Amino acid sequence: MNETTRRRILSIVCILSFFVGWEVLCLIFNVSDIVLPRPSQILITLWTRFPAIWPHAVQTLYTTLVGFALGIIIGVLLGILIGSSRLAYDVAYPLLVGFSSIPKVAVVPIFVLWFGAGTVPAVLTAMIMCIFPIVVNVATGLAATEPELQDVMRTLRATKWEILWNIGLPRTMPYFFASLKVAATLAFVGAVISETVASNRGIGNLMMIASSSFDVPLVFAGLFILAALGVALYAGFSLIEGRVTGWAVRSETFTGGG
Amino acid sequence: MMDASVALPVGNVIDLEKVRVTFGGAKNQVTALAETSLRISHGEFVALVGPSGCGKSTILKLVAGTLKATEGHVFVAGREVGAESARVGMAFQNPTLLPWLNIRDNVMMPLKIVPPFKKDFSRKRRTEYRDRVEQSLARVGLAGFGDKFPWQLSGGMQQRASLCRALIHDPTLLLLDEPFGALDQFTREELWEIMQQLWIDKRPTVLLVTHDLKEAAYLASRIAVMQARPGRIVDDSVVPFSRPRTIEISFQPDFVSLTQRLRERIMAARAAQEATP
Repeated sequence: MNETTRRRILSIVCILSFFVGWEVLCLIFNVSDIVLPRPSQILITLWTRFPAIWPHAVQTLYTTLVGFALGIIIGVLLGILIGSSRLAYDVAYPLLVGFSSIPKVAVVPIFVLWFGAGTVPAVLTAMIMCIFPIVVNVATGLAATEPELQDVMRTLRATKWEILWNIGLPRTMPYFFASLKVAATLAFVGAVISETVASNRGIGNLMMIASSSFDVPLVFAGLFILAALGVALYAGFSLIEGRVTGWAVRSETFTGGG
Repeated sequence: MMDASVALPVGNVIDLEKVRVTFGGAKNQVTALAETSLRISHGEFVALVGPSGCGKSTILKLVAGTLKATEGHVFVAGREVGAESARVGMAFQNPTLLPWLNIRDNVMMPLKIVPPFKKDFSRKRRTEYRDRVEQSLARVGLAGFGDKFPWQLSGGMQQRASLCRALIHDPTLLLLDEPFGALDQFTREELWEIMQQLWIDKRPTVLLVTHDLKEAAYLASRIAVMQARPGRIVDDSVVPFSRPRTIEISFQPDFVSLTQRLRERIMAARAAQEATP
């Protein structure tokens, strides 16, 4: 416990000193806040203009989470399909790789064309950003399931569905959660890209307008909000991951099961 | 004392009819099992012994339904294997416990899958089935370990749990793929005794794959010797010793001469195998 507290304190000190260093360097070299605002200026902007920023933050969080949820559903279903069928693997993998190589900024105008500007394109962009890592990880997890574990079920005359439910999916959980942590941050990227291009709400839009009026502290305030939301989501999934997949790291505190 | 050959119900539990198994394509075809026929009746305890690569495990997989015969037919309980047939329990060389479930839930798994236990699973999992698992664990010396996870147990304890899982649903056919192979001698002998007692109590049909002749002679009522390249059965003999057998029996002349004869048979098989390219 002593060791963990020390590690924690050390990491907090390092992170804080990064911001202090930023602040000090800006002061020493007299950097204009139009180029790079100091952390203190950003915090003040966040504080004073909070009522204006807040609705945008909520909007971005909302589109991101909806897109993320849709991405999980579609990603898991596709991953199961690809991971359990040779044909689906051969067909879907090239398509997926091709699709994920397309810059998502290029897709946003198409969504706008179909659904109009605003919330829907943001949700969809967040969704397609996070599908790929989820699909790849779920499919890999299923494919990596030890044949011996499946044999245990097959000698019991278990159906394919029972094998998937009792062996394949639990075995895939560590891979799935690893992908969720990546996907959660990607979902923010997707939502903000779309808001920047085609929306009148959201942090992306806020930053767009702020930068066009050279309100750089507000741009950075937007970045801070995004970073904070991203960290919060990441931490949330890490927490769930520890509870669900503690068996994979043989954690002594893991008491899952049923 | 009970004789192994007395009062068994008629009919075969396992019936391999002219089965052949080959792997690979036309060019580099490997015959894992040459044309083989094997019949095992109700309540028999049959051991398959032989050098490695002789197709022992292939026969087991055929019966388990995890491998399809290239030619011939495999009947289990009178029906072609693969369809719903006998209630099968299987223990493997490795414990193959599921790492995300604790020992209790691991052992309970067959009750979740196999009818008729399956339909009451959600209702009885916390009461009747739980007691059943605890009793089973207690029997192999694992009382109180139900809440542990597999990695918290030693290899021998995991293997005991794996045996519990193979037996929890009262299988009529028990398939054992060298389940005692990776254990130390004392644990092994202890589990032999437990295994024998279980067989005497419930009288399942057992097919045991092993390379340990002492184990085969101690446990089985019949021993089939196999030879490799191509895999086939070259000897099939009845083990006459009365039950329950004790470890002391393994030092008696009859027992020693039986294992000695089996050993010579396998040595001859190995020599023949090395002679062929």
